[in-house]
Amino acid sequence: MENKKITIIIDGSKVECYEGQTILNAATENGIDIPSLCYHPDLKAKASCRLCIVEIEGRKGYHTSCSTIAEDGMIIKTSSDEISKLRKTNLELLFSQHQEKCNDCIKSIDCRLLKLAKDYNVNIERFSDRKNDFPKMDFGPSIFFDSSKCIDCKNCVEVCQKQNVGFLSVEEEGNFFQISTSKDPCRDCVYCGQCVVHCPTGALQEVDSIVEVEAAMADSSKVVLFQIAPAVRTSIGEEFGMGYGAIATEKIAAGIRKMGIENVFDVSAAADIVTMEEADELIERVSNNGTLPMFTSCCPAWVKYLEFYHPELIANLTSVRSPQVLFGGLTKTFWAKNNNIDPKDIFVVSIMPCTAKKYEIKRKENLVDGLNPVDAVLTTHELACLLKKHGVNLRDIEGEDLTPLYGDATGAGVIYGTSGGVTESALRTAVYKLTGKNPESIEFSPFRGLQESKEASVEINGLNLKVAVVNGLANAENLIKIIKDNPGAYHYIEVMACPGGCIGGGGQPLPTDSKIRKLRSEGLYKIDQGKPKRFAHESELVKEVYEKFLNDKENIHKVCHTKYSKREKENNF
Amino acid sequence: MSEIISKLKEANLLGRGGANFPVWQKWQAVISSRGDEKYVICNGAEGEPDVEKDGFILSNYPEELIEGILIAIKETAAKKAYIYLNHNYYEKHKDTLQKLSENFPIEIVAKGKGYIAGEETAICEYIEKGYAEPRQKPPFISDKGLWDKPTLLNNVESFYYVAKVSKGEYKGTRFISINGDTSNSGVFELPISSTIEDALKQTDNYPDFDFFVQVGGGAEGLIMLPSELNVPLSGCGAIKIFNRKTTDLLALMQYWADFLDRGNCDKCVPCREGMYRISEMMKSKNIDREKLFEIFDVLEKTSFCALGRGASGAFKSLIEKLNFFETYGK
Repeated sequence: MENKKITIIIDGSKVECYEGQTILNAATENGIDIPSLCYHPDLKAKASCRLCIVEIEGRKGYHTSCSTIAEDGMIIKTSSDEISKLRKTNLELLFSQHQEKCNDCIKSIDCRLLKLAKDYNVNIERFSDRKNDFPKMDFGPSIFFDSSKCIDCKNCVEVCQKQNVGFLSVEEEGNFFQISTSKDPCRDCVYCGQCVVHCPTGALQEVDSIVEVEAAMADSSKVVLFQIAPAVRTSIGEEFGMGYGAIATEKIAAGIRKMGIENVFDVSAAADIVTMEEADELIERVSNNGTLPMFTSCCPAWVKYLEFYHPELIANLTSVRSPQVLFGGLTKTFWAKNNNIDPKDIFVVSIMPCTAKKYEIKRKENLVDGLNPVDAVLTTHELACLLKKHGVNLRDIEGEDLTPLYGDATGAGVIYGTSGGVTESALRTAVYKLTGKNPESIEFSPFRGLQESKEASVEINGLNLKVAVVNGLANAENLIKIIKDNPGAYHYIEVMACPGGCIGGGGQPLPTDSKIRKLRSEGLYKIDQGKPKRFAHESELVKEVYEKFLNDKENIHKVCHTKYSKREKENNF
Repeated sequence: MSEIISKLKEANLLGRGGANFPVWQKWQAVISSRGDEKYVICNGAEGEPDVEKDGFILSNYPEELIEGILIAIKETAAKKAYIYLNHNYYEKHKDTLQKLSENFPIEIVAKGKGYIAGEETAICEYIEKGYAEPRQKPPFISDKGLWDKPTLLNNVESFYYVAKVSKGEYKGTRFISINGDTSNSGVFELPISSTIEDALKQTDNYPDFDFFVQVGGGAEGLIMLPSELNVPLSGCGAIKIFNRKTTDLLALMQYWADFLDRGNCDKCVPCREGMYRISEMMKSKNIDREKLFEIFDVLEKTSFCALGRGASGAFKSLIEKLNFFETYGK
């Protein structure tokens, strides 16, 4: 239901908004900037940084615009000498708990704190840093938490609870309540990185992999190749001012080549192989009384969540590897052989919208002939930093094709990056496999859109498949409860840990919110629509590898499938 | 309007937690609020240091307290009432209170850590989640309080007087806790109209030395000079007497600063960081006046809750009235 329209006056201009909207929201939607740090549109307004204060005519004092509802006729002032002075002092106090380490902070390029410091003429050293000796910690190989930069907004704790993970917590230390990690042996980080994309500072960021990638790039004995994930292509442009959801696939390839890397593969092309395998496995499980429902496994945060919180359901996970891992393995076998390169000399770098992918590549069960399929993962944000470091601005360069064959994905592989995409790709191909014909309608609309939970029954050749698609781990937990009550409720369940799927991933550019995620998702569907091939089974790469390499059960097993196991807590501090 | 509401209105009973809000209006708001489930909370956090009047009532008049709470349960058709007590009071009075309320839907709860845990929305958070942090208002708790249900919260003393009003025994009195540099400290019941000076004199507490008092609580209460005491006591019923010659003003401010820095919830920037810096300055005995007043300013004008907004009052009144900087230099 659309709320009633009302009119308010902000700094003398009439502004239309909806009943129930906050002042900050109304201002932002109308292009009026009110400074804020703790506010994030995905979360409840905490009103703790106190920067978004405004004056309201007829009301005493100052009011935080993030938590004050606009009322018809309200007259609001967002700036005055007094407001600026109060913001300045609060910023100085904020900086007193934020140790500036800008030189090695990955968020310093577009740091919100630093911008506000300039806007309000803040003396960032007015007070001494009180967090000098605060601890730094790595959550697995994925997330780096430097608590000396934390400004205690607690967004990370909320988002971690929202994910039903509850690893980040608030603990009392001396005179302060501060962000800490759970000591509970039954709570562990799953590396989704939602804390990173909801942190207003650089306190939470991805574990830096740029250094090791640069080292490999400088090593002449290495053949370095980059493979880019589906969701990166419609988000990285944001880092270069190309707008939200701008399509940058070919520009990414050109940018990477400018750094001296010739081979740019498309993980979406490997997603097509995953689709082939997963469609087979689903059909096999449904036809032969296998464990159902079958869960997707391309999201490593979801896999860790299941292994840690619900090991009893491990058998439900598809054994098919995630696209990046599968592709790395294929590169170090099939591609290496075809190109006469020793697999040991190959250094595969994945560009991922994700922090958990850094964890996934360390899983021992994925080794192929003793080698890690993927050697390093850079997040979308890290690739942007690396490009900028090399003076490459994606906005200004001409796009180039990715590496032939290995860079040629179908539309089905591209939509893997948005919640529902894996399901749609699998169904497109499952219909073909079961009926020998492509489906009449290529779009499976019940699974599109960024709603947190979607479900529908799909009828294929008399087979009635019940399918659910969720994004956000709390929603997955709800489904688990349903399955436990009614094991036959679904045949197939796609889970992505992050809101909206990988387009909302923990390694994506900042800011991220529902509107931005929608635009990134639409970008992927647009690419799909424009592709000459939109079915995984029509991919040239799929045809080639199944004919020449994956015609052998051992190879299929070695490169395409994996195992899972119960996990003990990995992060004890 | 029900009989008890009329009586409360006629008696003009004001809340005794410190905010002086008419009790009948609070009750009426909860009664009028739509909701299938309602709750009553009796606030016995008594969080300000050196205030013992609610403790006095808990010790001496627990029957009347329970009586007042039962009237509130009945009047608001509440599902349940909670008596929320600070740790000392909980240990001391829980057995008596439990016995008195065993046949009623009343639960005795021990307060969360920190001073802020006495703020009404923080109490709701604490009872629900075990972690005390204030909530954004509105919504007010009369609308959405405990578990988002309409909730009536009054202080221990207020409930005591509700029982008195209901029985027609209320005589317009209040409890005042008097202590500090005096040999006759205690809790006294005095007419509301008494001035601070009256209160000190009638209880044999008026000093024969040069003094000042802190009125309304031992951390956020304001400093008043002997010449200012010809006014009725408003806010929380507490007077602390200080010998002006022997009191170390810096140590006193350091005590407040430590108490508030420790007792706040650390939610908002001005209070979390500001109180820390004030405490740091007091401890180091190196006070930058400009910084200090800038912090006071953001505390007063931008803090999330009333605790932060009121945290500078005691300091400012001391500095101004007792010529602090003239004595301590910078």
